[in-house]
Order: sequence, then C-alpha cells, then structure tokens
Amino acid sequence: MDERKAAYIEYAQAVPLAFAIDPDTCIGCGLCEAMCLAKAINYDDTERRTTLSVGALILSPGSQGFDPSGLELLGYGRFSNVVTSEEFERILSASGPYRGHLMRPLDREGPRRIAWIQCVGSRDVNLCGNGYCSSVCCMYAIKEAMIAKEHSHGELDCTVFNIDMRTFGKDYEKYYQRAKDKSGVRFVKSRIHTIDEVRETGDLSIEYVDEGGELKRETFNMVVLSVGLRIPDSLLDLARRLGVEVNKYKFAATHPFSPVSTSRPGIFVSGVFQGPKDIPTSVTEASAAACAAATVLAEARGRDAKSIEMPVEIDVAEEEPRIGVFVCNCGINIGGVVDVPAVAEYAATLPNVVFTDQNLFTCSQDTQDKIKEVIKEKNLNRVVVASCSPRTHEQMFQETLQACGLNKYLFEMANIRNHNSWVHGNDPETATNKAKDLVRMAVARANLLKPLKEKRIPINRRGLVIGGGIAGMNAALGLADQGFEAVIVEKEAQLGGLARELTTTIEGEDIQAYLYELIEKVNQHKMIQVLTESLIVGFTGFKGNFTTEILVGPRMYERKIQHGVVIVATGANEYKPKEYLYGQDPRVMTQIELGKRLEVKGASDLKRVVMIQCVGSRNEENPNCSRVCCQSAVKNALHIKELNPDAEVYILYRDIRTYGLLEDYFTEARRKGVAFFRYHVDNPPVVESAREGVIVTFKDHLLQRDLQVPADLLALSSGMVPEDTEELASILKLPRNEEGYFIEAHVKLRPVDLANEGIFLCGTAHSPKLISETISQALAAASRATTFLSQPEIVLSAVTANVDQDRCAACLICVRACPYDVPRVNEKGASEIDEALCHGCGICAAECPAKAIQLNWYEDEQVLSKVEALLEGVL
Amino acid sequence: MAGEREVVDNMEQFEPKILAFLCNWCAYAAADLAGVSRLQYPSNLRSVRVMCSARVDPVFVIKALKDGWDGVLVSG
Repeated sequence: MDERKAAYIEYAQAVPLAFAIDPDTCIGCGLCEAMCLAKAINYDDTERRTTLSVGALILSPGSQGFDPSGLELLGYGRFSNVVTSEEFERILSASGPYRGHLMRPLDREGPRRIAWIQCVGSRDVNLCGNGYCSSVCCMYAIKEAMIAKEHSHGELDCTVFNIDMRTFGKDYEKYYQRAKDKSGVRFVKSRIHTIDEVRETGDLSIEYVDEGGELKRETFNMVVLSVGLRIPDSLLDLARRLGVEVNKYKFAATHPFSPVSTSRPGIFVSGVFQGPKDIPTSVTEASAAACAAATVLAEARGRDAKSIEMPVEIDVAEEEPRIGVFVCNCGINIGGVVDVPAVAEYAATLPNVVFTDQNLFTCSQDTQDKIKEVIKEKNLNRVVVASCSPRTHEQMFQETLQACGLNKYLFEMANIRNHNSWVHGNDPETATNKAKDLVRMAVARANLLKPLKEKRIPINRRGLVIGGGIAGMNAALGLADQGFEAVIVEKEAQLGGLARELTTTIEGEDIQAYLYELIEKVNQHKMIQVLTESLIVGFTGFKGNFTTEILVGPRMYERKIQHGVVIVATGANEYKPKEYLYGQDPRVMTQIELGKRLEVKGASDLKRVVMIQCVGSRNEENPNCSRVCCQSAVKNALHIKELNPDAEVYILYRDIRTYGLLEDYFTEARRKGVAFFRYHVDNPPVVESAREGVIVTFKDHLLQRDLQVPADLLALSSGMVPEDTEELASILKLPRNEEGYFIEAHVKLRPVDLANEGIFLCGTAHSPKLISETISQALAAASRATTFLSQPEIVLSAVTANVDQDRCAACLICVRACPYDVPRVNEKGASEIDEALCHGCGICAAECPAKAIQLNWYEDEQVLSKVEALLEGVL
Repeated sequence: MAGEREVVDNMEQFEPKILAFLCNWCAYAAADLAGVSRLQYPSNLRSVRVMCSARVDPVFVIKALKDGWDGVLVSG
C-alpha cells in the first residue's frame, strides 16, 4: 500500500531486526556498502547452494492470502475503497502506511461505515475452486471491526456479511458475542456477490438478500474483503521435489491419526500447509512436528551438539572493585546523538573505574573478544556496558564475563540507547548529560555487586501424564519414544477415555481399531507405566523435581512418584442434555449415541431424522462453541444417507461450523439432500412426543412460517463438558476458566504450556477438539516437555530472596505477601525461602519490617546506590 | 541538608529530575519499546530496573525525595 525503500526492515517485530535490500527497488548504486560503518553489507552476495545431511524434515512453508482481483464483481483493484483484510491490517497498524490512523485509501477520509465481506476465496467451488473454509477469517474480521472501532475518532458502524460465523476456537464464541452485544458490530447473514461504486463519493453500494428473502441495498464508505488462505503453486513444486503428496486443494496430505506426518516417512508438516488454521493451532502443530521429528531422531539426540567449556570462576570477592566501562556507539544509534567519547572520558573519572573504551558495536563478536582481552589484561572484576537494553543483551555480555572466569553477576548495563538517544534524538546535549548520569548510576551499583552462586539441580527425566485417553496416551508415547519414562495415571479401570464411545471419524477411519492399537502400543512400551483406577491426592515440588502421591487400584495403595514434568490430559465428556425430551423419549439421543446406533442397527428403519445443533453450547450456561458437533452431525447425516438414501435428514443449526477441510463434507451432505435450516437462539425448535414420532416445530426463514416435522429419531448435537477437575486443579494449583477448561500460559505463544513451570496441557482438557487435533496437541505437549527434560540439569537464577534467620521475627508478612506462596516458617521459628521456588520479584524484601530479607542482585544498598548517585552529579 | 537544592525562582525554568523504578517485565520493556518506536519525550527521567515493582521499598521513595530527586515514578 506504500512504497518500500530499497533498504528495509521486513516489519517492526522481525527477528533479527536487521535491514535487507529489496533487489526489485535497489538501483545498485552501492552507496550503502560504502557508508556502512560496521561493514555489514556484502553487496555482491549471491544465492548459494548448501547441502545438509538431516534425519528428518519439517515443512512449515505457510500460505498466501487469496488474491481477489479475479473476482471482478467485487471490484477489488477497480474501486479504491475496496481493500483486502491483509491491507486493512496494515491500515490499522502503527507501522502501516497511515500510521494506524483509520482512513480509506481514496481520499484519506475517516470512514463512518465499513463492511466486511466474508468467504472471499473460501467456501466457493464455483468462482475460485476453493471449496474449503479458511478457518481464520471470521475471527480476524471481528478483530478488525473491534480495532477499527477503537481507532475511529467518531462513531463507526461495522457490518460483517457472512454465511456462518465460525468462531469455533477456545473462547472465540465469547469474543464474537462481545463484539455483537458490547461493541455493536452488526452481523448480517448473506453472501455478497457484487459491489458497486458510487462515482461521486467513492462509497460502495452493496445489494443483498437478507434472511427473510428481502432484497436490500446499503452504502458503505469502505469495504474489506475477508480473503482466505491458499497454498501458492510454488509449494506444489516443492512438494513434488520432496515426494510429498498433496490433496486436491494443494494442502499436504495427512492421515487423521498421524496429523503431522506427510506421505513420505521422515517428512513432517505443520501450519497452514497442513490445512487452514489459526496461530494457536499452528504453534501447537509446530511443536507436534518437532516431537514427531525428534522421535525419528531419538537415538541421535545431542550427538552433533557442541558444548561450551567454561573456565573455573576466579574468586574476586575480597578484591577492591576494578571496573571497566564500555560505551557503545551502536553505529549511529547512540553515537549520532550522544557524545560517546565525552561519556567514556567522564566514566574514567568515576570511583574504581580503571578502564574505559568506546566501541562501534559493543555486541559484535570482535568487540566481545576485545572485552575478554581487556578483562584479563587489566584484571577487571566488574564490567559496565553502556549501550542498549539489558532485556535483550544482558545475557550475552554475562556470557562474555563467564568466558573470562568472572561471575556473571558482576555486570551492569546502562541503557543509553532505548532510554536515551532514541527518545531524545533532537537534544544531543541533554542526551549526553543523561548518558553520563546513567553511566554514573551503573558504576555506583557495579561497585557494590557481589558474585552470586547459581544453584544447579538435576532433572528427574520421568513424565507424569494425567489421563489415559487419546491425548494422554499419545503424549506418553511422545515422551517414551524419545527415550523418556512416562507414567500414565488414569482414574477409570481402562485406558481410552471418551474415544471408547466413538465409532468412526468423518473421513471414515475406524476409531476403535486405532484405539485398540494405541492401547497395545502403550501397554507394551517398556518406558511407559500405566496406573488405572488411580487418584492423585498430593503434589509437591517444582519443575524438574515433582513428587505426586497417588492412590492406586480398588484397594487404594498409596504410591509416590517422582517426576520432572506433568502433562495434563484429563479430557472431556459429551454433555448430557436437559433439553428436548432427552432421557424422556427413547427416540431422542445424542450424536454419539446415534453414531453407535447406526453402527449396530443401521438406518433402514429410519424414514426421517431431525438433528438440533448447539445443544448445551453457545448458551448462557456454556457460552462456548463445542467445535466438534457440526461435523458430528454432518458425519452421522452422511452415514444415514449412505445406509438409507431415502431417509430424510433435517439439520437445525445456528451457524454451520465445518471449518477447514471439513467444509467438503458439509457440501457433500447438501448434495446428498440433507436439509439445513437455520434457527435463532431466541426462537429455538420445539419438541413434542407423539405416537407417530418426535414432533419438531421450527421456523423456516425463507418461507417465513413454522414447519412441523415428525421424526423417527431426534439427534441432539450435544456439546462438550470438561471432566470434573476441580479437586485436581486445586491439588496442582492449576488455573481453569469458568467452564472448567485449563488455561494455557499464553493463547498464541505458549498454547500447550501451563503458567506453572514444568506442567503442560493437551486434548479436550484444554478445549473441545477433534481426534486429529487432540493427537497434534498431545505430541506438542510431549515436545515441550522433552525440550525441558533433555537438559541434564536446571540452573536456577541467583536472583532470589534470602532470609537472615537471626533477624526474622516470624511476623508472617512475607508469607502473606508472596504471590507464589514460597516463604515458610521453619521449625526454628524463622521464615525460609526455597530458592528453587522463588521467582525473585522481591516483594518480601520490600515488605519485611525487620529488613531481614534481601533480594540478591537487588539488595537495598545496590538499588539505593543508583538513587544516591544523582547527588554526585551536577544537579 | 544533603541534596537540598537552591530554590528556583522562576518555575518556568524548573526542570525536575525524576527517578523511575521500572518493572523488568512491563514498564521497563515499555520504555525500551518507546525507544524502538522513537517516541520523543522530555529527558528528565532516569530509570532504575527492578524485577518487580513490588521490590520498591517505600523507603527507596522517601530516600530518593530526601536526596534531591524531584519526583519518583513507580511503574509496573
């Protein structure tokens, strides 16, 4: 949307945050190479061929947004104010072409009315051949509408034209309801085919048929096309070269029971190339692919890894401080504003500073080597670097100290870039003065720093898996196949969980056969121990060293298991409906019961079947969408049609949520004559029992009247409810949401970790999901767990709180203040803080009235030295 | 008294020195981000990183003010 310069940074959050040269824009003047102080530009660099020998391959090539130029009637490319959703993201972005100001492209006016058109390039066999649902567009359209409202200076009317709103992910339905009820985003059920421009204003006119069949026309200032995900042709070529099969939509072909394995052994896939999906699922799947690859490579683990030898630490505790100060120019980032030589010169006048230097880039490898030499040559025992942020560079400089035998806590940074030169660019003089102040404060603290010892604790390499369903068993296998012991704790007498009730997947795969094979594998694996009829009653310890108390078997033998990690896979159940005469009329059953019935009795006796969606979901009691019920209904409807093509099937739904490639089955069901009727939540179907059948009455919106259908069988698409884990959650101190699903540490970045370190989550204990998704998530949890378990030991930060036991009055203030419940009063009547559990926040040190607690590295005098250092400067 | 400064006659010329205790995980990161975004703000602030704003003992604040800082910001 905006011109890009030849030298550019891909986007503000890019890693590494470095410039690249765009060959399409570069005129080849070579000025950048001549100007670059760091000599970082290799202008003649060309593409090189490298051969790597690898044991496994993971494909995560991603996808592209659908290009709507070909759909002429939508006017993209012809009308300036029709933009794609990707372009709209840029419009909303602070780093975008309009710097985050909501404007439309034609005249840079703030729009008052915006329309989103869903399913552009998705769910469309006729115009673009993409029969699948792209899974992400409904959510991003809602998000864009919400953010647009926030960015708009005046009232903004947002309308989302959709066929179905597919907010099927964890807590997504709540977000949708919030957009509708709280933010006033309007949702209109209609597929839009044509957009016209109003010549004089650049506005856009949309004609549509509403749910009642009435033709309407509305005008908007701007239209956003919610474009779907597609696999570019270039990937087909890659797949062909690798010998990996793709399906008809060019996604990598996978099997529902091995969702991250491609057709070629040893090659795995994650992300959208596996199928359309959102970020949390992509991140999860990436970990799953890593687990699958690590399983293949288990024997070779660590073989090619190189370890760094660290020299023995020099004891400097008794020495007078000898401080070296290194001031960084950071190219021109600091040096262009701050007078760096003056700062270095000033630093030399500060107490105990025996060496100062200025560097072009203090973080570069050659400067690191130089610093190491200086540390040895000048016998430095404290180092101060005045450069950028400790959040990004502290660890690296600390490693440089360690490489010279200096304790890593004898280091301090002064942030003269992010907190100075970058934010006072127009005022070099005050920026230089501030840099001096910051260096003085840093040197003051450096004078008081003490070497600290980090505790190293060996890791128990066993994993405890809670729950023996498909998720738990796959997670245990994920650990065991990589060579880590796993213990499965299952509360029932048998393994299998909810899957024991299921028949086939929508693809037609036999779930019982899979389950049988899975249980066999688990039972025969020498690294897996299974405890059935077992109940967890106690849990102590910390990551790497947990102890769990379990009552095992009908006789409740008590066992204590020591382990390094926990994987929670407690699962969910089908909701037992209170609605629609369930339990009162035997002809009313759930989808799972119908699945079994079709397996046993077939469908030859069924003339007419009615199904009702969203039973026990998307209501007040359970505001979530249960994700799997739409496909369950379509699966059973197709099964009925297969067994008895003459049977009529009616599906009463609110939104059909056959996301991703499941959409094909929905299309097939309609083709085979399954009838779909939308009902409104405030006007649900009415069910009565009669001799001739279960009478279902519902409103047909096209005919605008009530229909009455007598059915031989009424199937309720009953939602999912999590297993009752209230007690377990309180024993393990795990957070759960209102509905009882466990809450992950971060929805997108850490989707299978729990906030409690060393504890991971998978399966329907996280949220409702399909078997294939459960398997992916189980492998992902195993992968996250083995990343931790494969370390020989954990190094605990030395930044922890210490109690001076003699001064402690056991007043319990620290016990009450600690957000992590760490301080305990011991048998000597004094507070004790376990350094393995301490997070180093320092609240206890601040609260302790006797000043008996000190936080290492942030001791009172070390913090106050910075406060006091101001006095020594020129006020 | 240590750190006591001359009373500034003209308040318009008064440039306060402000001490900021910034939590490593949020406020300090935000100040870093302000730099990355090149947001320009007055240069009166000097920051001290703490691992949590809860580390800030009220004594630190009192001492800072007593020592001559004109304002203290605790952010986290």
